[in-house]
Amino acid sequence: MKRYALAGNPNCGKTTLFNCLTGSTAHVGNWPGVTVDKREGTYKKGEDPISIVDLPGIYSLSPYTPEEVISRNYILDEKPDCVIDIVDVTNLERNLYLTTQIMEIDVPVVIALNMMDLMQKQGDTIDEKELEKRLGVPVVRISALKGEGLDELMRRAQEVSGQGRKGKTVLDECTLTHLIGDVRIALSGAGVENPLFHAVKLVECDEIEVQMHPTAFKMVEEFKGVFKDELFGADFEALVADARYKYITKHYSPLLVKKNKGLKHSKSDKADKILTHKWAGIPIFLVILFGIFHLTFSEDLLWLGSIFGFSTLEELGFSENFGTSLLACVYDGVIFSPGMILFNLMDLLTSTVFGWIVAGVEALGAADWAIGLIQDGILGGLGGVLSFVPQIVMLLLLLSILEDSGYMARVAFILDRIFRRFGVSGRAFIPMIMGFGCSIPAMVNTRTLADERERTLTIRTIPFFSCGAKLPILVGVAGAVAHITGLGDGSLISFSMYVVGMLLAVVSILLMRSTTQRGEVAPFIMELPPYHTPSGKGLMIHLWDKTKHYIEKVFTIILASTVLVWFLSNFGWNWQMVEIENSILASVGQLLQPVFTPLGFGSQLNSFGWVFVVAAATGLIAKEEVIATFGTLAAVFAGVLAPELSVEGATEVMKMVVGTGITWQGLVSFIIFNMTTIPCFAAVAAAKGEIQKGKFRWTVAFWVVASYTTSALAYTVLSWWWTAFIWVAVAIAVGFAIRLWNKKISKKA
Amino acid sequence: MVEKKSMKPLSEFEIGENGVIVKVAGEGAIRRRLFDMGLTPGTGVYLRKKAPFGDPFEITIRGYELTLRKAEAAYVEMAVER
Repeated sequence: MKRYALAGNPNCGKTTLFNCLTGSTAHVGNWPGVTVDKREGTYKKGEDPISIVDLPGIYSLSPYTPEEVISRNYILDEKPDCVIDIVDVTNLERNLYLTTQIMEIDVPVVIALNMMDLMQKQGDTIDEKELEKRLGVPVVRISALKGEGLDELMRRAQEVSGQGRKGKTVLDECTLTHLIGDVRIALSGAGVENPLFHAVKLVECDEIEVQMHPTAFKMVEEFKGVFKDELFGADFEALVADARYKYITKHYSPLLVKKNKGLKHSKSDKADKILTHKWAGIPIFLVILFGIFHLTFSEDLLWLGSIFGFSTLEELGFSENFGTSLLACVYDGVIFSPGMILFNLMDLLTSTVFGWIVAGVEALGAADWAIGLIQDGILGGLGGVLSFVPQIVMLLLLLSILEDSGYMARVAFILDRIFRRFGVSGRAFIPMIMGFGCSIPAMVNTRTLADERERTLTIRTIPFFSCGAKLPILVGVAGAVAHITGLGDGSLISFSMYVVGMLLAVVSILLMRSTTQRGEVAPFIMELPPYHTPSGKGLMIHLWDKTKHYIEKVFTIILASTVLVWFLSNFGWNWQMVEIENSILASVGQLLQPVFTPLGFGSQLNSFGWVFVVAAATGLIAKEEVIATFGTLAAVFAGVLAPELSVEGATEVMKMVVGTGITWQGLVSFIIFNMTTIPCFAAVAAAKGEIQKGKFRWTVAFWVVASYTTSALAYTVLSWWWTAFIWVAVAIAVGFAIRLWNKKISKKA
Repeated sequence: MVEKKSMKPLSEFEIGENGVIVKVAGEGAIRRRLFDMGLTPGTGVYLRKKAPFGDPFEITIRGYELTLRKAEAAYVEMAVER
């Protein structure tokens, strides 16, 4: 099977083209660096199937960032049959800069001039026939978004893919041309493949090449000794970059004729003026962020219910029937937020369907243990998690809109100054915000950060940005907190939990920057892509993908582990069914529970502390599992606890949680612990893949220590306010110790 | 016609000011990054915006928007255009 590689600048429409060609559903974002690892798909519309490889978006083939090295090595070592270089025609010069480098490799190249629709809308024209002549490789107009020109693109690629192509450089007009020629001949004589590409990179003093070809580099060094350019001195790297751009502006740019020469003021400019405003920019961002959480979680949309004092359905004289339950999903004295409406509907659906299943099983006359397994083990666990799926998807939808519109890059821009104070660049904030959706893509995305330390810091703090799967813990347990304390709205508690997570991130970054990860903040040179309206189709594809993923997870890994939890909580060491207090799970949990006493959910709960310990432990499998475990245990517990309980309108889980006698302070601490501790195994694996060797073990240890300390702090201070003084004193002491230590180090240096 | 031009680093530009790059200082990865993004001598730059607290900057260069910090902009020596 032939292989074509897609290469191009970040944000040039590469992923959209990949999706069009392969029918894949990769996520498209509107900020630089969506594709950070190469991805493969198959093009099936031609005569023979063709494998398409989507390389990470890059600006150059320099050796400085991991994704540039990935792309470069792929083209050089894996030798694709053709490289399709996507050039964003609305950003011609900078895109062709990469093209001039790819052209130096001995590989067939086809140029796809993308965003033709956008260019025509602006009234500009381009002479692509002439461009083809000047470049010496096929140039095809396409619009990846509208799917135009793709057949032609693949046809031209098919034509050239069989033939070889000798590398070609635009550096013939520059002062280094003879040196490049000499080095190329020397490399070629030594049997090196792609001699021209390596020769140019050697002349640029590229560190990877210098190590690979030390003898040939001597020629460059000798020449350096006698060469002097008035502007660049003997800085060949700069000279080459300059020569490339000079060539592009002289020979290629004039082919693009722009209708409006001056600066244009479009609608997006006006929006941008407000969104990145000197004073209003940051407050607007905070309002947007709060709005997202409010729309997802609030049980009282825009606080209308509290403000106007709406009547509940009962007060309005509605009788209890299915229609009323349906209406109650949307309105019941308050108007629910869209996220809560979805949650209520899903909850109604699952409880109704599960009711039928249980009735059916009972009617069949199944054995008691089988009914218990199905009702408590399977349905109890799954019900808790399934109800949350629509709400998780809703949160992802809102975050995706932020990403796709181009606003996220602006957030990095307006927040860079503040983030720099804490020790990371604004760029690092993008993966952090992505962490609200899912930690795994967020961790993979840190690859676009050029600085190793910044990458480590970001990966370590990503789990503190509570992901979608932790949402059931937040909502479920925050609801219980609201009940115990008598606070009406759980959404405020949820929101403050998010804030705690972010604060912890800031504190950890500050601490690590002054201890293990010292160093300057990485530079911040980033493209700000134009705003655009997110494509509805793209969003739907992405969301469907995520929904599928969550539901698959529910019916595989979560189903399996809830059954296991049910089994362990119903059977004793003698493999007989026993009361829950004597189960295997209880005895193991009780062994561990003293460890969690300082956190408020350990031994002080007597025989019930283990419930929380076990739930937190199962959270390592998948964070939804925490609530699933509660669901299973609640069902098993029902006989033990239910009589003394009179929590009205509460779910089974909440009844069980309240029944254990835990204080609300303990519950808050429990939420914090689960939100900030070691993430799910899948995210741990992602972190292992992204973080430097040797740092991984410390990262896991860091998560344990950070979550334990923060939860203990929350529990003690909320329970006994005066303990705050002790914590402050400890913090000051630690601060002093670090200061002294750093002084000692700087004295030595 | 030769215009009278004054020189100053990009970091001292005000919003709305235009200029042409004369020289890029700095070294290593940052300098290379600036070149790769198209900040080469002779290129026109328009300072479009400053972020809250006056840093980083947003510039228009070669027809696209780029953000960079004041510290990085200080490496870019400019001839001011009037």
